[in-house]
Amino acid sequence: MKIKLLLAGLASALAITSAPVSAELLVPHLTYRTGPFAGNGIVFANGFYDYMTMLNERDGGIGGVKVNVEECETGYNAQKGVECYESTKGRNPLITIPNSTGITLQLIQKASVDQIPLLSAGYGLSAAAVGEKFPWIFNAPTTYWGQMSAILSYIGELEGGMDNLSGKKIGFIYLDAGYGREPLPLLETLSEQYGFEVLKIPVAGKEMQNQSSHWLTVRKEKPDWMIMWGWGAMNSTAIKAAAKIRFPMDRFIGNWWSSAHVDMKGHEELAKGYRGATFSANGDSFPALQDVIKLVVDPGKSQTTDKSTVGNVLYNRGVINAVLTAEAITIAQKNTGKTDITGADMRDAFEQIDMSEARLSELGLEGFMEPIKISCTEHSGSNPVIMTQWNGEDWVPSKAVPVLREIVIPELEAAADKYISDKPGWTTQTCS
Amino acid sequence: MFYREAGQFKTDYKSDSAVFPILQDRVGIAFMIFLALVVVPLYGWSSSSGEFFLNGIMIPFMIFALVTIGLNILMGYAGQLSLGTGAFTGVGAYACYKLITHFPELNLIVAVLMSGFFAAAVGIIFGLPSLRIKGLYLAVTTLAAQFFLEWLFIRWEWLYNYDPSGALIVPDITAFGIIIAGPSANAVVKYLVVTLIVIFMTWIASNVIRGRIGRSWMMIRDMDIAAELMGVRPLAAKLSAFAMSSFYCGVGGAMMVFFWLGAAEVESFDINHSFLFLFMVIIGGMGSLIGSFMGAAFIWVLPIIIKFLPATIGIEIYPSTVEHINLMIIGGLIVFFLAVEPNGLARLWQLAKEKLRVWPFPYA
Repeated sequence: MKIKLLLAGLASALAITSAPVSAELLVPHLTYRTGPFAGNGIVFANGFYDYMTMLNERDGGIGGVKVNVEECETGYNAQKGVECYESTKGRNPLITIPNSTGITLQLIQKASVDQIPLLSAGYGLSAAAVGEKFPWIFNAPTTYWGQMSAILSYIGELEGGMDNLSGKKIGFIYLDAGYGREPLPLLETLSEQYGFEVLKIPVAGKEMQNQSSHWLTVRKEKPDWMIMWGWGAMNSTAIKAAAKIRFPMDRFIGNWWSSAHVDMKGHEELAKGYRGATFSANGDSFPALQDVIKLVVDPGKSQTTDKSTVGNVLYNRGVINAVLTAEAITIAQKNTGKTDITGADMRDAFEQIDMSEARLSELGLEGFMEPIKISCTEHSGSNPVIMTQWNGEDWVPSKAVPVLREIVIPELEAAADKYISDKPGWTTQTCS
Repeated sequence: MFYREAGQFKTDYKSDSAVFPILQDRVGIAFMIFLALVVVPLYGWSSSSGEFFLNGIMIPFMIFALVTIGLNILMGYAGQLSLGTGAFTGVGAYACYKLITHFPELNLIVAVLMSGFFAAAVGIIFGLPSLRIKGLYLAVTTLAAQFFLEWLFIRWEWLYNYDPSGALIVPDITAFGIIIAGPSANAVVKYLVVTLIVIFMTWIASNVIRGRIGRSWMMIRDMDIAAELMGVRPLAAKLSAFAMSSFYCGVGGAMMVFFWLGAAEVESFDINHSFLFLFMVIIGGMGSLIGSFMGAAFIWVLPIIIKFLPATIGIEIYPSTVEHINLMIIGGLIVFFLAVEPNGLARLWQLAKEKLRVWPFPYA
């Protein structure tokens, strides 16, 4: 008991000294550079950190105020996520970037209470795309549901029309957790609509690296296409297992957490032809990324030790998160006329984000992503998904596929209504 | 193994059979309770970082301590090795969620305590093999419970009301006219509810352990054949240990979701948590209630302090590096403490107390 006392005393002493010091833009970033998914997490976190550092070095921050990216290590563990969130909550953080669907689910309800907007770019709760029901949550550029519909419409296109999907068998291999199960409701709706059969293959977290039985099922059932919602070691295991049963790689499509450079490492040749979805362009040939290399990576101001990872799929996705955050800060500063803004200002700013091609080229990121527009009603925007293919050495973008909005948006609205139906006192907003 | 401390002269039977026969212990416990119920909430209420202190450190610490007491009843007192703790906390959490969503007018505190009974029932079922098998073999069967229940929590969609995300999500819940759980709940209120439940249940545990049931557990633990010959029924003793242990785990799990996390997936009840609680018991001290608190503090609170220490004293270091150092320090300390005192922190604490009472004389 004495030890507890000492610890409590020490903790309180620590907490007192950690008061805010000077005006800066506090951007907490929940990272996972450790733990089972560190291989993916490091690259992503570096992209975010390096882009923000580049803004500090090149422009002296945003609106003349330095951005303070405060990383907090979660190890992709949901419980540590809460701890990280609480540790910055009292110091006027501008945003929450949970980087895990599990952590997102825990923080969704807190966002409106604590007045801190939450950006879960391309993950988290799909229903949160409905801005009127989830005023504080943003999941641009597209939800998991939107992504699933885009992948299916891409398959339809390759089959020569959506009508040809009828009678086809589409396998869906997914991580058996909140993340992997997210798109299931939409997949079922679409299968009814287009008349294809879905073969569900859940992979439990502890079986991630042992999928032989799952792929035995695939071999037996002979699906026409395979779609994967995997993460971490599950991706490369699946690709190797698919190659082993000689599943045609160009009929195997991974979502945007299953199609990064790290997932191909060690079996580049086997994976040739494998397709993936993404929302960022590949490579470091963009002026802004060149600035990152020149001002941050080369002088050793970042944690990026391997320069070749700059421009990788996950790195660029970290950059997109940073770009959206920085853009919201810029808009909020313009709206309020102040440099020190609050989380509430950020929320309003997020609803005005308009990443047009002109704006992107102004930022030195022309063609870096599909133009994104966020509005009061659409917090994801259901933007097009870029389909890419692995050529044995690198990812080659093939085309941007639009989301099946007329199907996805009513589904999202129904899900949002269901989510808030049993939560009395839920904060909503009305969009004019 | 821990036995009653002695050394202070008693003049009547009443004082000899008191819960805390040593004067310093009585003062110490009163002081701890005062600290937990007055000083900590006051600090949490007044300080700017008080919310982090309560939500991030104290609430999980209290909840983990309760679950550790639960596992300690089974492992430390009844001598039955279990690796299913994580799943048993999950049973409590899902039961509480179902109770609250089906009977919204039910008081949350009642629901939390009721969910313990569901966990106890499941615990009894998975405790049945303990009548035939012992030690590591039993650990394997409880491991099966862990895997089975984890699977069930995902597959049985009714448990989470068919929510597409598969997570338990806690809305604002009002009891006695104030919001006691959910996103808008005040951290001080949540902390006080949790602490009162933990103190109450610790008090119950200490009395059960001192009584007939607790003694029968310890007899089974120390030598089951001798216990049987003396009239202890292994069926009743072992299953009651499983029931009570799971009850505590279940209540802890329900509190974990409702008063701490606010939303939880199966991940919060996985095998890693079973190991975490096992470590808390071993580090704290098998068969010691105070050790359960120490173990929870060591495994949960210490890493948080190490994590935020460099930033608060102004050392520029990457958080991921701190995390790596953290793992090394905690791992090293576990080895160190267990090498110095295999019976855990509680034993160290007991020795220190005994030595201090007779100080400066080396022997009592």
